[in-house]
Amino acid sequence: MKKAELMDYDKALELFEPVLGFEVHVELNTKTKMFCGCANEFGQGANTNTCPTCLGLPGGLPQVNAKAIESSIRLGLALGCEIAEYSRFARKNYFYPDTAKNFQTSQYDEPIAFNGQLTIELESGRLVTVDIERAHMEDDAGKLTHVGGATGRIQGADYSLVDYNRGGVPLVEIVTQMIEGGEADSPEIGRTYVAAIREIVKGLGVSNARMEEGNVRCDANVSLRPRGSNILGTRTETKNVNSLRSVERAVRYEIQRQAALLAAGGTITQETRHWHEDTGITSAGRPKSDADDYRYFPEPDLVPVAPSREWVEELRATLPEPPAARRKRLQANWGFANLEFQDVVNSDLLDAVEATIAAGSAAQAARKWWTGEVARLANVAGVAADSLVHPVQVAALIELVVAGTLTDRLARQVLEGVIAGEGTPLEVVELRGLAVVSDDGALIAAIDEALAAQPDVLAKIRDGKVQAAGAVIGAVMKAMRGQADAARVRELVLERAGTAE
Amino acid sequence: MSEITAEQVAHLANLARIDLSPEEINRLTTELGQIVDSVAKVAEVATPDVPATSHPMPLTNVFRPDTVVPSLTVEQALSGAPDHDGDKFRVPAILDEE
Repeated sequence: MKKAELMDYDKALELFEPVLGFEVHVELNTKTKMFCGCANEFGQGANTNTCPTCLGLPGGLPQVNAKAIESSIRLGLALGCEIAEYSRFARKNYFYPDTAKNFQTSQYDEPIAFNGQLTIELESGRLVTVDIERAHMEDDAGKLTHVGGATGRIQGADYSLVDYNRGGVPLVEIVTQMIEGGEADSPEIGRTYVAAIREIVKGLGVSNARMEEGNVRCDANVSLRPRGSNILGTRTETKNVNSLRSVERAVRYEIQRQAALLAAGGTITQETRHWHEDTGITSAGRPKSDADDYRYFPEPDLVPVAPSREWVEELRATLPEPPAARRKRLQANWGFANLEFQDVVNSDLLDAVEATIAAGSAAQAARKWWTGEVARLANVAGVAADSLVHPVQVAALIELVVAGTLTDRLARQVLEGVIAGEGTPLEVVELRGLAVVSDDGALIAAIDEALAAQPDVLAKIRDGKVQAAGAVIGAVMKAMRGQADAARVRELVLERAGTAE
Repeated sequence: MSEITAEQVAHLANLARIDLSPEEINRLTTELGQIVDSVAKVAEVATPDVPATSHPMPLTNVFRPDTVVPSLTVEQALSGAPDHDGDKFRVPAILDEE
């Protein structure tokens, strides 16, 4: 693949104004698909969840999933959209093996939700309001695997394999208006906007919202307008941008690539581009011309969706606190510094920390354990931290540390036991015999033994060389297999050194 | 008279993956033109107080509950396909080498 010329980012912004647009696809977590009763779940083997409807076989008749409509309306409301009084489905016709129907059931001129707004806050504190053009419902495509060829990519593949388990899964596609005035913040606006959408759908509970599993997918549109001009540049649409960091990188890359091309007298081709996570570049996909001729027409097998105003208001009443407002409230309640709070948010641990605090832990302790040891173990295991251990268990662990039953070091061992399924923290303490030895008698016996074994150290301590006590403390901690409070041991060592013999 | 051209028919045929001979394109150009003319007559009787309709049935909000029903078996799902590989459908190469 030919490497594109890139212009220095600052230079690109001097010459051009970036104009952005985003299409975010949200996979709903309904139990069944959008138009049939096949299970909406993956990972049980290919093509296990298909039927005549989602395979587009003769005789298949789509039926709308009530829950998917409900989720779409709630999502529309959370984005500040108006909900259509009358909405319908349309066929988007195209030939590609990711659908066996030869069309995608989508919405065209009458989407379920439109005219919304979402205000996001950048790290600098700058507020950006993104206008939402529409949020429409559609069904997802199947999954293709390209076989053969050098790269496993579609180009040069010998053939492709298709799994239609995902085909027909409900999606909501959220389309923004053009975002102007982003300037140097444009890449961050992309990342923050997608993060905000993700947070909203998670808060609503309408999607599992895991980007790494494709529950939230972003297409980023970027064009450049020469400074002083009011004519929009040609845009490219970068697909397959499936992590927050990638959104930021892809927008930045396209700004630099397009600027270099335009400055050299070239023109931008209106096209779909593919983002490559590994190399951090985009490459040209199919040209838009032919592929965009979708010949939409109203879906004849489905009747219109006309949500009553009463139902819409009922659903509005179910909306949770908006994520941005919730974050502000929680940070104030917990008294976290910005960096501490960002750490929790970026690690996706807001819910876990909140639940731990609700279970009785101090805010700082909850933050420390989740973003520290739990996150570390989750990272090693390659899973999400909040899937590793229940907040109630973390709260119980913290309680044992506060009570002095466990040191931090012992608590880390207990945490491993809890994660390994050995029981509650208290049960692990008993099972592994991990409690701190707080019986001074046992400690004093060990200290006296250690002092007797190291008479030179004892002499030094008596001469006032208190730092020499370290050797004795170490020996005692070793004898206690680490299950002693080092500060208490130190106190006792000095005390015994003064009074021994 | 209709404004359907042979080029439009050829383009549509290409989008719909239908292989048409020049004779067929000519015939369909005439026929599609007549169809468009017939549909245009409907527009003449449609007055502003007649809302556009996409569906002949006076029905809205026909939903089903979000309840899983059994799917086809993998064997059944694959049985109508020209080719498969294990539990997946197999299709010819989609794009040529870049």
